[in-house]
Amino acid sequence: MTIVTAGPPPQTPGDLAEIKIGHASSLPVSLLFVGRALRTLWSNRKARIGLVILAVIILIALFAPLLAPYSPTSTDFKPYQTPNSTNWFGTTGNGQDVFSQMLYGARVSLFVGLVAGILATLVAVTIGLVTGYRPGIIDEVLSFVTNLALVIPGLPLMIILAAYLSSRSVWTIVLVVAFTSWATGARVMRSQASTLRSREFITSAVFSGERLFRVVFREILPNMTSLVAASFFSAATAAVMAEASLEFLGLGNPNTVSWGTILYFAQQQNALLTGQWVLVFAPGLAIALLAVSFTLINFGVDALSNPRLREK
Amino acid sequence: MTAELVVDAVTKTYSRRGRGKGPVTAVDNVSFTIAPGAAIGLVGASGSGKSTLAKMITGSERPTSGSIRFGDTAVESLRARGLREYHRNVQMVFQDPYGALNPLHTVLYTVSRPCQNFLGLSATKAQDRVYELLETVGLTPPEQFAAKLPHQLSGGQRQRVVVARALACEPGLIIADEPVSMLDVSLRAGILRLLTKLREEGGLSLLYITHDLLSARVVTDQILVLNEGRIVEQGQTKQVLQNPQNDYTIKLLDAVATPYAAKQSPPVP
Amino acid sequence: MALLEAKGVNVVYEPNRGQRIWSVRDVDLTLEQGEFVGLVGESGCGKSTLGFALTRMLRPPAHLEGGVIQFDGVDISTLEGEPLRRQRRNGFAIVLQSGMNALNPVRSIGHHFADILRAHAREGEDLSAGALRARSGALLLSVRLEPDVLDRFPHELSGGMRQRVSIALALALDPRLIVFDEPTTALDVIVQRAVIQTIKDLQREQTFTAILISHDLGVVLDATDRVIVMYAGRIIEDQPSQELLSGPHHPYTEALLGCYGDPRADEVHLGGIAGSPPDLSLPQKGCSFAPRCTLAEDVCREVDPVLTPLGPGKVACHVRARESIDKMGTP
Repeated sequence: MTIVTAGPPPQTPGDLAEIKIGHASSLPVSLLFVGRALRTLWSNRKARIGLVILAVIILIALFAPLLAPYSPTSTDFKPYQTPNSTNWFGTTGNGQDVFSQMLYGARVSLFVGLVAGILATLVAVTIGLVTGYRPGIIDEVLSFVTNLALVIPGLPLMIILAAYLSSRSVWTIVLVVAFTSWATGARVMRSQASTLRSREFITSAVFSGERLFRVVFREILPNMTSLVAASFFSAATAAVMAEASLEFLGLGNPNTVSWGTILYFAQQQNALLTGQWVLVFAPGLAIALLAVSFTLINFGVDALSNPRLREK
Repeated sequence: MTAELVVDAVTKTYSRRGRGKGPVTAVDNVSFTIAPGAAIGLVGASGSGKSTLAKMITGSERPTSGSIRFGDTAVESLRARGLREYHRNVQMVFQDPYGALNPLHTVLYTVSRPCQNFLGLSATKAQDRVYELLETVGLTPPEQFAAKLPHQLSGGQRQRVVVARALACEPGLIIADEPVSMLDVSLRAGILRLLTKLREEGGLSLLYITHDLLSARVVTDQILVLNEGRIVEQGQTKQVLQNPQNDYTIKLLDAVATPYAAKQSPPVP
Repeated sequence: MALLEAKGVNVVYEPNRGQRIWSVRDVDLTLEQGEFVGLVGESGCGKSTLGFALTRMLRPPAHLEGGVIQFDGVDISTLEGEPLRRQRRNGFAIVLQSGMNALNPVRSIGHHFADILRAHAREGEDLSAGALRARSGALLLSVRLEPDVLDRFPHELSGGMRQRVSIALALALDPRLIVFDEPTTALDVIVQRAVIQTIKDLQREQTFTAILISHDLGVVLDATDRVIVMYAGRIIEDQPSQELLSGPHHPYTEALLGCYGDPRADEVHLGGIAGSPPDLSLPQKGCSFAPRCTLAEDVCREVDPVLTPLGPGKVACHVRARESIDKMGTP
């Protein structure tokens, strides 16, 4: 209770909500942390919806072989079919079943979205922490590089990179996307780390004899959890859209089955002219849903770093 | 380990960016000594340089000129490892009980870190020590408080945790920077009494930094009045407060609004 | 007719679903024209909340629940929108603790004045730049600032000066009631004295009714004529300042006074109050101070005391109320 507070609520001392804390640094704690994080997210209505949508998409991706009626690549069917009893979403110009393709396609979109998101966030966090916590020559150099990366437009750069790289695999896409989207996160992390650095509990940690590694990873980083998570979900959203864009432009591997390639072939084969609007809407909607689920989850992420919000 | 702290002709200037602005002198040629077991008050309004002085004494900043010695150690030339050693002996109690504790860590974690880092205690031994410390600062039952997170504690309780943490490594000197200014008046006496008790029972030296003359009177034996980086008056606390010589000290005394002050002070421009 | 009459004011704060904190409980307050009242208490006692409630400045998740606030005969507790806004001209105003942060950093001080004066202008008022400047300059002079401050920006002024600007802005609307919410807490200790003195002088010169909210009993007793002490959302003592100085009545007020002292005295004993204020999200049984009170009796833990007359003022304490009755009974 500080005297300088103006306006309502008193802090209630002796508030006895039960918090189980495990602070031994080993695997059980990380699981505990994830469990607690999920519970916190679940308590937010919007995040809950996002989690449900994401869970459904993940399940579809995992169980695609079981759920799909046919192989996504077999060209057994009559081409250019509109939705019918055999092919629920119709067929492509090559005679492939679109429904099966949609189910298997979830795998690539999820994979790229999550992995590229994780990579971009890792880079952003590392650079952000290093530059935010230690001012000096390293900070100056890395900040300059970050600003440079921010200024270059993302999608055009991705297109150029993807076009020039000889290998055309999903990993190419992942790396290209991660490479172009770390900068925003880095800037945000740096600013947050920089603010936290001057907080008194960080000074106290240093006075308590904590070494640099512990100060950064056990004191500063945990206070940035919601920022990191938010950054991850933003990066994942961007990655999903970017992957779809690259595939659609034909810069991906045409042999992969993903929502983006479905759109690519739909465009190539003039799906709208042949009346196969499902070929355009289904992948489009799916991509949008995945992106929306990440965004919705982001709404609940704020509570992760605020222990006060966790208990309710 | 307690030793003498000698501040010798310490000056700190900051250069200002901008058109034709000269350097700012935050601390100007300040010298004083803290003998083991002494309680010295550093008193002044904001901007008087007392916080800067505190930062230099704890090693967070380097003086532009002058030296600070704690026992045999030259504080101003300490680097990372030396500073860690130094903090074993010189600890700090901060002003803001809300900002001084990591909101995500329990009391147990926060107070056991110095025990583990400085005293090399194992996790279980550290826990015992934490309970001991919590009892010393009046947070009983210690087991209950150890499991709490900062936002579950009141301001006074938090500040006691901060004191407990400062004591954890058995320091010789504690620098208390406005430790009660952000607490309700009814809570201040408790913390001040705690600091006095630690001094008397543990032989701790105390550097008490504040703008509040009343608490300085209660806690310290000697007092230094700082104005614009310079010491303008010093001496035995009671003496200085009952018989102020310097205008600034008089101004500070007048600013203390005591309910019993019948004296009408002239409006200050 | 009293300028302000508040009856049964309650303020509920709901930070989360299902949590209700009663920040202000069942407050009755009457202010006469020209009074200078101090509202004192520690963190969480509800003094700032009450100040906000009386000037209709509460924001969600805090809201008024029940009670009537009559300002000059008009019930302002239910006013909204335009009628409420109009009450702020020649009505009531508030000066905030962070008055310094209440100034727009990218606008000059003169702009702030012009903004307010124009927003609440009445029919036929001269709103030319010259007239506005003249009025603003006069307001600044009244708070002991030079008119050339009008051309400066907030960051160019010191903390004390910015607070004076806030006070002048409140005066711009010619209010009959000004609530000062911890106006000097965030200021340097020497500047505090000066600003409080200015407020005192202004109140004497312009005879507006003023409420000074502060946690500092010393400041309040020095500056005001009448002191109201709050604890756990309730008013527990209401006395003229002199009366409080010569002998407070409520055990809490006594204990609070014991926490202050004169650093110049030969012996200084600083008191404290053990324990903490109650959790206001729970229903209160009996006197809220009973757990920490050295005089508490059984009745104190069962029945909530009401404000009863005691001397020239009022006190909400069973023990004191009974003592005074006993005293009256003895010949």
